[in-house]
Amino acid sequence: MSLAGQIVNLIAALLLLVSFAMLSQRRVRDLVDLFMIQGALLAAATLVTAVATGQSHLYYSAALTVALKVIVLPLILRRVLRRLALETDVELLINIPTTMLVGIALVVVAFNMAVPISQLAGTITRGALGIALACVLLAFLMMITRRKALAQVVGFLSMENGLFFAATSVTYGMPMVVELGIALDVLVGTFVFGVFFFRIRETFDSLDTSHFEKLKDR
Amino acid sequence: MSPGDLFQQVLEVVIAVFIAPLLVGWVNQCRAWLQNRTGAGIWQPYQVLHKLFRKDAVVAHNASGLFRVTPYIVFASMVLAASLVPMLATALPFAAAADVIALVGLLALARVFMALAAMDVGTAFGSFGARREMLVAALAEPALLMVFFMPALIARSTSLGTIVEALAHRPFVLHPSLAFAAVAFVMVLLAENARIPIDNPTTHLELTMIHEAMILEYSGRHLALMEWAHALKLVIYSTIGIALFLPWGIAEAGDWPGLPLAVLAITLKLLAGGAALAVVESVSAKLRIFRAPEFLASAFLFAVLGVLTHLLLAGRA
Repeated sequence: MSLAGQIVNLIAALLLLVSFAMLSQRRVRDLVDLFMIQGALLAAATLVTAVATGQSHLYYSAALTVALKVIVLPLILRRVLRRLALETDVELLINIPTTMLVGIALVVVAFNMAVPISQLAGTITRGALGIALACVLLAFLMMITRRKALAQVVGFLSMENGLFFAATSVTYGMPMVVELGIALDVLVGTFVFGVFFFRIRETFDSLDTSHFEKLKDR
Repeated sequence: MSPGDLFQQVLEVVIAVFIAPLLVGWVNQCRAWLQNRTGAGIWQPYQVLHKLFRKDAVVAHNASGLFRVTPYIVFASMVLAASLVPMLATALPFAAAADVIALVGLLALARVFMALAAMDVGTAFGSFGARREMLVAALAEPALLMVFFMPALIARSTSLGTIVEALAHRPFVLHPSLAFAAVAFVMVLLAENARIPIDNPTTHLELTMIHEAMILEYSGRHLALMEWAHALKLVIYSTIGIALFLPWGIAEAGDWPGLPLAVLAITLKLLAGGAALAVVESVSAKLRIFRAPEFLASAFLFAVLGVLTHLLLAGRA
């Protein structure tokens, strides 16, 4: 395997590590830090793929990833955190070892699912598809097992990271227009979530989404 | 077994045994610096050992023979374990007799005797120290084994010498799965050596202690041997970590000119590793004892993940 392929695989493994770290993290602030690291790793993986394959649009998407996921989004999330004064631990629906065990099962599922797909892909980074898929599923698991809206949003953003990585590893990235569109969506989405946080707290005095079950038509 | 190999083996064990207090002294000194203290100096553990060896050993009236022999058994198994780890060279005559699984077994033997001796006298501290130690060990051991399986899969051998040769002397290949194994190994190292997230090595007479509670009844030469064995354990774990994850510089079989370089490399790596350990200990807070299973379960899962990643990425590479 080429050196670039090995480096991408290494970064992919680190991405998976960060996904698990997020799963086992209790504090929202550290969750945002981990999300930032995940973004940086993603940008690095894209950059290595770009250098190795000479696909010029991958340079733009790496730059876009740095700007959006390493700088802007964590900045917004931290700001929201500060304004909401959320420093307490996240409430979990199931305890962390169980979550991690479910996570391992998901990784096995993702790896098995990825094998036939990645055999069709002709890219240098195809081995990483299983990991990308696992990252998506782990982020999904995180959204399910967290109660607080903010942790769920970080899970959502991390899921988008996983999808982006899957696209890069199988097809050297989506067309530029699609990528720009998704980037804009994520940015606007985060703004909207930010507004929602304040509305949710105004209505329920808490960011606990289990309160939503009590919503009634009046 | 050539005389040269035997000489390497003896040299390595002697070095490991005699630098053990130095490594502990270095870690303590780094911790002191990080806490803005002057520290006791890196030679302090030697002075403590010297003092303890000169003092009389006081043994409780109701202590059995087990209590007396345990320090010797623990120290002997640590020396034996140290002889299995390739620190300077991979050509170790003893290493052929036992692989990493036997190494884990040796460490377990020392631990079992330590726990039995702690319960032997019947004091409350000894019993709860032993119980906690067994709780931590029962969770750390599978994690450690999984960590070992990872490089063993790469090298297709469970012998540490072969693993090091495979990792250090074959053409360079990045193994992403080793990143997981390394994280898991550091977590196990912290737990097994009574370091800060799990236990506090500097505490005495505190309800949170684990290791110190077990050796509370020992004094004089017995205590000295226990402390020395504990320091040796840290050296064993550090050199295992270096052998598995930073093996460059360890001399191959018959590579005599490489030996001085190997000594230099291991010194630098141990210095860096000790400083890193001090940093980890200074920035983290001690976990509640009931969080320890969570910590070690994470270590185990990381090691499992490493094996899974290896099977996915290396299977078709």
